[in-house]
Amino acid sequence: MTWFLDHRAEVFDLAVRHLYLAGVPLLIGLLLALPLGWLARRFRPLYPPLIIGTGLLYTIPSLALFILMPGFIGTQILDPVNVLIAMTIYTIALLVRTVADGLGAVPGDVNQAATAMGYGRVARFFKVELPLAVPVISAGLRVAAVSNVSIVSVAAIIGVAQLGSLFTDGFSRSFLDPIVVGIIACVVLALLLDVVIVAATWLLTPWQRAGRVRT
Amino acid sequence: MNAMIGFLTDPAHWTGSDGIPTRILEHLVLAFEALLLAALIAVPLGLWVGHTGRGRFVAVNLAGAARALPSLGLLFLVWLWLSGTLQGDASYVVPTLVVLVILAVPPILSGVYAGVEGVDPAARDAARGMGMRGTQVLAKVEVPCALPLIFSGLRSAMLQIIATATIAASIGIGGLGRFLIDGLSVRDYGQMAAGAVLVAVLALLVDLLLALVQRLVVSPGLTGAFSTARPVPEDRRAEPSSTSLQEAA
Amino acid sequence: MNRTKIVLALTTTALLSVSACGSSSGGNPLSTGSASASAGGGSSADAGTIVVGSANFPENELLAEIYAGALAGKGVKVDKKLNIGSRETYIPALNDGSIDLIPEYTGVLAQYFNKDAKATDSEGVYKELKAALPPNLTVLDKSAAEDKDAVVVTKETADKYKLKSIADLQPVAKDLTLGGPPEWKTRPTGVPGLKKVYNLDFKTFRPLDAGGPLSVNALKNGQVQAVNLFTTDPSIAANGFVVLDDPKSLFAAQNVVPLITKAKVNAKVSDSLNAVSAKLDTTTLGELVKEVVTDKKDASAVAKEFLTKNNLG
Repeated sequence: MTWFLDHRAEVFDLAVRHLYLAGVPLLIGLLLALPLGWLARRFRPLYPPLIIGTGLLYTIPSLALFILMPGFIGTQILDPVNVLIAMTIYTIALLVRTVADGLGAVPGDVNQAATAMGYGRVARFFKVELPLAVPVISAGLRVAAVSNVSIVSVAAIIGVAQLGSLFTDGFSRSFLDPIVVGIIACVVLALLLDVVIVAATWLLTPWQRAGRVRT
Repeated sequence: MNAMIGFLTDPAHWTGSDGIPTRILEHLVLAFEALLLAALIAVPLGLWVGHTGRGRFVAVNLAGAARALPSLGLLFLVWLWLSGTLQGDASYVVPTLVVLVILAVPPILSGVYAGVEGVDPAARDAARGMGMRGTQVLAKVEVPCALPLIFSGLRSAMLQIIATATIAASIGIGGLGRFLIDGLSVRDYGQMAAGAVLVAVLALLVDLLLALVQRLVVSPGLTGAFSTARPVPEDRRAEPSSTSLQEAA
Repeated sequence: MNRTKIVLALTTTALLSVSACGSSSGGNPLSTGSASASAGGGSSADAGTIVVGSANFPENELLAEIYAGALAGKGVKVDKKLNIGSRETYIPALNDGSIDLIPEYTGVLAQYFNKDAKATDSEGVYKELKAALPPNLTVLDKSAAEDKDAVVVTKETADKYKLKSIADLQPVAKDLTLGGPPEWKTRPTGVPGLKKVYNLDFKTFRPLDAGGPLSVNALKNGQVQAVNLFTTDPSIAANGFVVLDDPKSLFAAQNVVPLITKAKVNAKVSDSLNAVSAKLDTTTLGELVKEVVTDKKDASAVAKEFLTKNNLG
């Protein structure tokens, strides 16, 4: 479609910003969700409040969180950091439960064997439990990635430039082309993130591929 | 946050056509309408996919792809498409319903087919052994066994519906999103915060309601309430991965 | 485990480097809707850069593009943050330094800062505005171009109730629904103003958008019988709508004027913006808006054409 061809550079620019606003929170959110999920698994009484608490966070409407953020952290009104932090909160909300459940899915025998081999608690976490939890965590991460891409577009209502800006621009002029291009770009971006996460998971879990190599 | 408490405690905000109860009702009616319509589409489809095993590939990827659809973009797109051809209030409500249904069908579909697919093969065998035919197996065994996952899909869809219905205020409908959009346009933080809290509380209450229905409808045999198996020692028991299938889809 | 570390490092690097692209491409002044996406918080603009903002409707975006283009043409460094929202949103943004310059309209702006603003003619309003502004903000020369709020009805409604001016709505308002931007519910030029000046009590007020497709459609569809549109809106002519007269001047003169942080004003800036204001008039503005909204041309392209035609950029 000609509109897209004429505006390739602009769409690409917006897509990169979108990737930044959706992707960075994925990384930071994952890093922060790991200790929280571990805590929830390690100390049983913490599991319900942590899971319910983070579940509650996810029900807060995204638009509200974007707007109210300057009030909480004192940033400037139009600062994209507001969106970054809000998205990180949503990512953590989605991932804490996934991490807790992923770590919990590691069979007790394996943990015992690791301890018997002499792994200390920390070493066991990083070298045994976490790698084994990767498939479950990665499933949750894929969900978080895709949902982040969709939520970030809402920030166009408060003037943060990303693919969602194509929606507001098209709407205010009753112009369908930017909106359609924006939707397709969002789906492509989500697909891209999904592929990256799947590829990383595939590389990180060689034991799941081992069976097939045998002749 | 004082502003928010002030907004919520102001009696003027609890009456009238733009008061809190009216908006809550608008939001709820829209949400349940959408859930019903989505279920009408997704449940039969999911039952078919789960029971026959056909179309599984499409169903799995549809669920994932649909989650990537940006709700704001869809709302604007469908509104622009349909607004010229509809009269009166339908010109806002119908596009919103269309988008809500589009976004709700995948999680329900996912839950239904995963649930039916995941039924214990032994139970299916036993049913056939008892002489049941295909549809009887489906209705009497597979569906009841699949109910936990079906409900999980319904609850996930409802959360998505309530969240999207909030944003839909930007195309002019009522509902709790109005407090967010109207508060945004005049930078009334109290109104916005109040709207956010109301939406969160509503989502929680509706989820609790659905959980209650689930508790009533799902057979106790499935919830493990009457477990006759010997208790397995703590360290040998793997925790069920409760990353439910609708999240993994 | 070396392999794990390598994979993690690569994935992280990949994601971070792509996102670094995002934050470093924020400086292109000629791409529509760009914003400075700096991770470090706040505007990364140095002392000489002017951040141009705009409200969330096409005409204002167009004016912002014109200002930005004119400034860039004179060698001023420009950043754009377009489609911010309503006045209640972007005035705080001006105050906290997120933006420095925004196209405004004299009448409503004067009333925003001074609820008792009385003047209705161009010069009087401009004087009152200058007096009402807070110490950190100032306005440059006003242009002849005006875009006023208006209460608009369909031809059928006007014929049915014999409406020519807003005052004619008084006897029938209680049966009618009024539509407008959400901020109209509380603004002095909105619902309260219509009540105070014309004694209008509508049956209900429907929050829609700032003179955009929701408002036009609601009027066409019969969801509202009267709606707030802007006088330069091409859809008024396109749909045969009737603009009701405003004999009591509730909507005072609305000349387009640049609102700017005082600290950012210097000779270059004021010269280039005043030159733009000198060349803008209502007819021209209306035509330019039509090109953006009806002909679907980019605001930045239309702005560039205007500037080139008038030797301003």
